[in-house]
Amino acid sequence: MPALLEMHNIRKQYPGVIALDDVSFELRPGEVHCLVGENGAGKSTLTKILSGAIRKDAGQLLIDGKQVELHSPIDAQKLGIGIIHQDFKLVPELSVAENIFLGNEPIKRKFPFIDFRKMREMAQATLSQLGEALDTTAPVRALSVAQRQIVEIAKALSRKVRLLAMDEPSATLTESELKNLFKVIRRLKSEGVGIIYISHRLEEIFEIGDRVTVLRDGKMINTCNIAEADRRSLIRWMVGRELENEYPKMTMQRGKEILRLEHLHAGMVQDINLVLHQGEILGLAGLVGAGRSDLARVIFGADRKESGKIFLDSQEIHPTTPRHAIDLGIGLLTEDRNRYGLIMQMGVKENISLANLRELIAGPFIKKKKEAAMARSFVDNLRIKTPGIKQKVEHLSGGNRQKVVLARWLYAKSKVLIFDEPTAGIDVGVKYEINNLINQLAQDGIGVMVISSDLPELLGICDRIAVMCEGRLNGIVSRDQASQEKIMALATGMAEELHDAV
Amino acid sequence: MPFKQRLLPSNALKKIAGEFGISLALLIEIIIFSQLSPHFFTAQNILNVSLQISITAIIAAGMTLVILTAGIDLSVGAMVALSGVVATSVLLLELPFAMVFALALIAGLAIGACSGALAGIFITKFNITPFIVTLALMTIWRGAAYMYTDGRPIWGLPEAFSLLGSGRVFEIPIPTIIMLAIYLFAYVILGHTRFGRHLYAVGGNQEAARLSGINTNRVLMQVYILCGSLAALSGILLASRMNSGQPNAGLMYELDVIAAVVVGGTSLFGGRGSIAGTFIGAMLIGVLRNGLNLLNVGSYVQMVVLGVVILLAVMMDQARKG
Repeated sequence: MPALLEMHNIRKQYPGVIALDDVSFELRPGEVHCLVGENGAGKSTLTKILSGAIRKDAGQLLIDGKQVELHSPIDAQKLGIGIIHQDFKLVPELSVAENIFLGNEPIKRKFPFIDFRKMREMAQATLSQLGEALDTTAPVRALSVAQRQIVEIAKALSRKVRLLAMDEPSATLTESELKNLFKVIRRLKSEGVGIIYISHRLEEIFEIGDRVTVLRDGKMINTCNIAEADRRSLIRWMVGRELENEYPKMTMQRGKEILRLEHLHAGMVQDINLVLHQGEILGLAGLVGAGRSDLARVIFGADRKESGKIFLDSQEIHPTTPRHAIDLGIGLLTEDRNRYGLIMQMGVKENISLANLRELIAGPFIKKKKEAAMARSFVDNLRIKTPGIKQKVEHLSGGNRQKVVLARWLYAKSKVLIFDEPTAGIDVGVKYEINNLINQLAQDGIGVMVISSDLPELLGICDRIAVMCEGRLNGIVSRDQASQEKIMALATGMAEELHDAV
Repeated sequence: MPFKQRLLPSNALKKIAGEFGISLALLIEIIIFSQLSPHFFTAQNILNVSLQISITAIIAAGMTLVILTAGIDLSVGAMVALSGVVATSVLLLELPFAMVFALALIAGLAIGACSGALAGIFITKFNITPFIVTLALMTIWRGAAYMYTDGRPIWGLPEAFSLLGSGRVFEIPIPTIIMLAIYLFAYVILGHTRFGRHLYAVGGNQEAARLSGINTNRVLMQVYILCGSLAALSGILLASRMNSGQPNAGLMYELDVIAAVVVGGTSLFGGRGSIAGTFIGAMLIGVLRNGLNLLNVGSYVQMVVLGVVILLAVMMDQARKG
């Protein structure tokens, strides 16, 4: 049987950079072929070529052993190639069925009108093929991220795809949603669909993949069966060097109490009691929607608390606005830094100084020289890779953007720093650096809280892990007692008996 | 993203081309008109142009601030009329000129500031989009101006009042001087003060700005108050130049003003743009009008040419960003 897809010696050059250099890739029917590499390794360029969005400069592309040229996304669609992008291409106001058949609507035989009934039936059929039951008349905006993803897959399926590329499909899914996604993928496999699976999370690759290809700096490093690879070697191929310890941990002296929450209530946050010490890294685990970010926002004054007490340095505080919390020494590195953290159009230095401009003011004016010197020292210390402090943040990579946000809160002299998903969407190499920085902060006596859905990461860097479930604190596990199973049990509320183990 | 980093040199070039692009367009315009008309490139005519653009350019400075926060203020044209008729009506009071003049200024500016504050309240407290709020205020103020004057102009102003709009200091028209002072002031505010920085931050990403400790509502309030006050100031200047309070003054000014800001490269989505750009944008439009007038081009044709130039200018801006 010929391979479904063969790409031979693909080359793509942009001005000043070779995005893909002599890359070859093969996909068999019914196979899940994982594609891994750091940001900028060439994964998205490869999928874009496959989707017809951009054209290769050199190399061959074969489908079913026949050479093809993809001039546009329509060519790719005709050949049965489907791409599911990280940010879904759905129209929120249209219904599930309308989205699935967008641009491909069934038409009534006699009149040039859309046959809505037929469309709903076909949508239903496609969804049940995936083992999913969704209301086909519901608007997509009412769906969860996981459900939207299913709609995307159904959309591809309705166009008879034989080859499906998924770009970071798991980035925003909860554990159980991910399980469901894998179920769907396995079903597609059994029907002979070839799947290209791109992900930063290596655990998933071992769970769902048949083969894996590693790209680095536009070059193909290796392709092998998943059984022949292990985590360590994958990371080595991706990063190009050996990482001593994926999750660095420094031992440090736990200092005095810095933050205390007593019976805190706010919205879905219910009766939280928690203590954070100087020099401590406290993890906050839980499923998406367990109220972890809500808790962080309350402490930070972005949302109001309803009742309960917050103590900072043993003094009760009532943070009512972020400004207030910042002045008290609390910093929040929000989830989704692009949406809630950074001003993309502003430069590195403006983003760093933003929360503490008052330090740089003389009369009504900003002391630009002092600001520049300050920004430069942060760029050096945190090793932010940027051509200069004036570079607009929108041109930086995810890891460097995160460092810019971190610099902002360090400059604001935070005593308590809350990180919400600090390494989401960040490469293994930079992730290591960020985790190292978090360690250093704790060593400098800052009280650190880390919200993360990446359990191995929490287990790796935290001194204690507090687990939330449906707005409540379900337990706190210390580093030496923590395990993924224990935390998952607490997070899903299935471990009442573990409650006493705190 | 990582490609973009390495692409920097060509990006920078693009940017320079884009920013100079509008200045370049202005320069080309000036050269062409200089060739076509002997009266164009004379000190007197340049001062004339500056006087002609001063009224809209002053409002455009305020509008730039508003648009930088991703907002818009459609009520500025109506405010020109309202502040004009209110100020001129105060001038008719039987008091010493210095006193009525001061009162007229205060009354006119206060109305502009109040209008801005009102817009700010509706935008920040009631979460209504700036477009709708200021659209409503536009018709309210226009109606108020007609109601206040019964639809008739206010005449018979003290003679000294016309000095404000028509007087000259060392040959330079007073409105030109006021305009230059305001642009200098706005330039310093935007580039060198905390308020300016906060304004860009709010326009770039309001939620991120709030979570960085910026009182975003206060910034928005201040911006609309400034814009309203500048529109009112223009209204007073215009009334002085016409030596009367006209309730139909400033009709469609909001569009001229927005055109100047957009041609100057400020993004309607907020967070990007500069006050210098707006100045050049206003010049570009003013020079075009003046040049076409000198060449005796009819006003109908002028409208078409102006529209084409706006499209071309914004196209250049898009190319820069692309």
